[in-house]
Amino acid sequence: MERRAFLNISSLALGTMLLPSFGRAIAAEELLTQVDVKFKKALADTAMTAATQAGASYCDVRVGRYLNQFITTRDLNVENVTNTESAGVGVRVISGGAYGFAATNDMTPDGVAAAARQAVAIAKANAKLQTEPLILAPVKGVGEVAWATPITKDWRTVPIKEKAELLIAANKAGMDGGASFMQSLLFQVNQQKYFASTDGSYIDQDVHRLWVPFFATAVDQKENKFRSRQGLSAPVGMGYEYLDARPEHKLQAAGGVTTLYTKSYDIIEDARLAGKQAKAKLKAKSVEPGKYDLVLSPEHLWLTIHESVGHPTELDRVLGYEANYAGTSFATLDKWQSKKFKYGSDLVNIVADKTTPGSLGAVGYDDEGVKCKNWDIIKDGILVNYQATRDQAHIIGEKESHGCSYADNWANVQFQRMPNVSLKAGARKQTPDDMIKDVKKGIYIVGDGSFSIDQQRYNFQFGGQLFYEIKNGKIGQQLEDVAYQSNTQEFWNACVGICDERDWRMGGSFFDGKGQPPQVSIVSHGAATTRFNGINVINTARKIG
Amino acid sequence: MKFLSQEETKRISDKLLALTKADQCEITINGSRKGNIRYARNAVSTAGLIEDTQLVVSVAFGKKQGTASVNEFDDKSLEKAVRRAEDLARLAPENPEFMPTPTKQEYKASQTFFQKTADIDPEFRAQVAAYSIENSRKNKLVAAGFFTDGAQFTSIANSNGVFGYQTDTGLDFTLTVRTEDGRGSGWVKRSVGDASKFDARAASDVAIEKALRSVDAKALEPGRYTVILEPAATSDVLAYMFNSFDARSADEGRSFLSKKGGGNRMGEKLFDEQVNVWADPWDKDVAVLPWDTGSMLARERQDIIKNGRIANLDYSQYWAKKQGKRAIGTPGNIIMAGTNKSTEELIANTKKGILVTRTWYIRMVDPQSVLLTGLTRDGTFYIENGKIKHPIKNFRFNESPVSMLNNIDEIGKPEILSGDEWQYQLLIPAMKVRDFNFTSLSDAV
Repeated sequence: MERRAFLNISSLALGTMLLPSFGRAIAAEELLTQVDVKFKKALADTAMTAATQAGASYCDVRVGRYLNQFITTRDLNVENVTNTESAGVGVRVISGGAYGFAATNDMTPDGVAAAARQAVAIAKANAKLQTEPLILAPVKGVGEVAWATPITKDWRTVPIKEKAELLIAANKAGMDGGASFMQSLLFQVNQQKYFASTDGSYIDQDVHRLWVPFFATAVDQKENKFRSRQGLSAPVGMGYEYLDARPEHKLQAAGGVTTLYTKSYDIIEDARLAGKQAKAKLKAKSVEPGKYDLVLSPEHLWLTIHESVGHPTELDRVLGYEANYAGTSFATLDKWQSKKFKYGSDLVNIVADKTTPGSLGAVGYDDEGVKCKNWDIIKDGILVNYQATRDQAHIIGEKESHGCSYADNWANVQFQRMPNVSLKAGARKQTPDDMIKDVKKGIYIVGDGSFSIDQQRYNFQFGGQLFYEIKNGKIGQQLEDVAYQSNTQEFWNACVGICDERDWRMGGSFFDGKGQPPQVSIVSHGAATTRFNGINVINTARKIG
Repeated sequence: MKFLSQEETKRISDKLLALTKADQCEITINGSRKGNIRYARNAVSTAGLIEDTQLVVSVAFGKKQGTASVNEFDDKSLEKAVRRAEDLARLAPENPEFMPTPTKQEYKASQTFFQKTADIDPEFRAQVAAYSIENSRKNKLVAAGFFTDGAQFTSIANSNGVFGYQTDTGLDFTLTVRTEDGRGSGWVKRSVGDASKFDARAASDVAIEKALRSVDAKALEPGRYTVILEPAATSDVLAYMFNSFDARSADEGRSFLSKKGGGNRMGEKLFDEQVNVWADPWDKDVAVLPWDTGSMLARERQDIIKNGRIANLDYSQYWAKKQGKRAIGTPGNIIMAGTNKSTEELIANTKKGILVTRTWYIRMVDPQSVLLTGLTRDGTFYIENGKIKHPIKNFRFNESPVSMLNNIDEIGKPEILSGDEWQYQLLIPAMKVRDFNFTSLSDAV
């Protein structure tokens, strides 16, 4: 997860309000204007011609227009409404067996041609330092195609007033429920991405994403204690229709402790419950440390999957390209080559998929023009594959790329990023309530909390939002001060049960960070409620001065 | 990119102020030139130069505010920026906590610009990478590093007569060196404003030496240990706490600085009396702009912790007015008093302990007690009878910086640091701290 941006978001509950910067601010009416596809094609052709004339053996061009709107509220006040835009062109080339990249916001033929020539000059300079030439997995040009996130309500057409009123209503519901303070935000994203390459592809994509986090905080000033509960929505690759809550998209958590959501989200209901649950946390029982069987909801487990499977199976980390920043990986090539590295128990099947509808990572084509697909990463508990881009596919003996290339902006170079990485639902029919029936001493965790994992992804610690005691097959009282620690391989091998397809849903991150200079990516992780036996739980309560 | 002068930004600001029909107007103009080189597997992977200039106009009609930005400076673009901001302000809901833009401020210039840093070119960057890569290769090690440098100008102005202009420079270097077999790893970080104080070769050698020394780490049982945290390791932990010095959160009961029954803990002794922390925009080592760009208020030298007592909290303009306090610019640096003792001296004075080079993936577990979790990384060593005895495996810790600053045995020499996770320039010493809580072992190297 992107570090500084994450901290900004996570600190909202503590009163700090900083917005991530995605571009220059623009007026509301400009959000709906589109860049003409003919104009983008002409720019791309100009860049590719200039690059090949300068000596490039390959060139790809990304013409991007990135629009964002953020609305931030605190209690019953709207604090800020910001529209931003970033538009420009990124040109990547290969010359002399090395990459070169240049970007410009000068969207004129002269501007992009100059950028293309600069990219070639950089490639030629880099070629002198190259230890081995680049090998790109082949991609067949797709001609002129288009792809768009299937949305039914475009956030750009919804009046700001309506959106602000929804957030204020959620804050009011949270305070009515028992929260002393509420903060809610609405992040809305539209990426108009045009990709062209000398392979013969001209791909026009219109991508929509949305996220509506909130933070409910209950305070007992007499006892000098405060506790918070964050919203249980997922960031989604959907339109504003996600916020039109529908009854068929609601389900009850195990024991009916709270309401959870699938394809649409009732922020008012969740905020009301959050206010109530944050207040209840003030008097919840502090956990007894020890070994527990953990039953983890998808709203929680997505983050554990992200950190302990998503990141360690990124091929660039495995190879050492992230050694100075995000780290390397324990899932080394020899483990994969052995074909018997037991990453998890037989029940564990993890798939990578950039096509799942509603997911953050869903696009038609990646940022190298590769058509998106799905593939196995862990099959019956065995590590079977990684996540690769065109220049990495040959390393793992594949003839085509996995389509894992992404750049967070036209101005940044594309590189290997995580696709949606998800745990498959269990084959056995089982609901969360069924799963809990034979748990003698356990904890049910809903929602994601604090998270930390080492630089090779062995040792981790996770918190959560809601913790409930499970005693002799029944959900009991609310607990607090819970965090669990484990080792990735031990944890996934302790997986003894996964609920079926009816319980499968996604969580995700808007700010997954990697690279130097750092870039953020977006990714969803699906799971059904899952049980892990004998996991070490610590008590995190501390007294200070 | 054209580096706009003070006269040019003043002229543009005046033009914008004359164009607006709003009740108030704030203008920020900034430009930067940032270069970088990244390398891994003993080869350069990327190198680049990013230039950008931007103008931000923020206007208000009553309590309704709008902001717009452009990166063109012709008259038509300036007018467009003002009209866009005015349009957004008219659309925006009224903010009951809106505060008027400040009146004239005294901005006493600080030494933030160094020509030698501004002159850094691709050859300089390549040479930094070359030192790391060549010396690593000689030692059969693998280098992965990142060097970035930048020169910026910032100008602020408002409709109440405020104007400020200043240039600044900085560079940041991190290097991870690993053994070819992956059994050892060392790291170094350097952040300075003045490139003449940066020695790439010496810095690279620190990471190389740590990598060589860290091979064959032994496992030590988790538990409470005396630790010597090098400045980089200390800063990552302390920065979290300094992010929580907000007066409003404390007064509202949702901070570790909240007082039982209401109010905050200003003046209370929360830390060992050796702990002295302050902010000073004019500090010779970590000078920052003399204003806070967000509020346009002037920064001042201010104590944050004095002899272990809470000396000051951050008050927004709104909260200051509500509580009858004076708002000043939010600190841009955090300076903690140290000594002249080198890390070697701290080690020499230690009977049994652990030396920590770097802390990693730190996250807040409980904001009530500022309990943080994270890990050690890239050079963790066991100390016995004043000497480093052997490398040890990395640990996960669960510890609060509040407890840490109460358990100080000895303080070392401060170093300059900046980071990914905080907005401050830091000048933070190494520290020897007793009873530091390691809760589990990590196999990561």
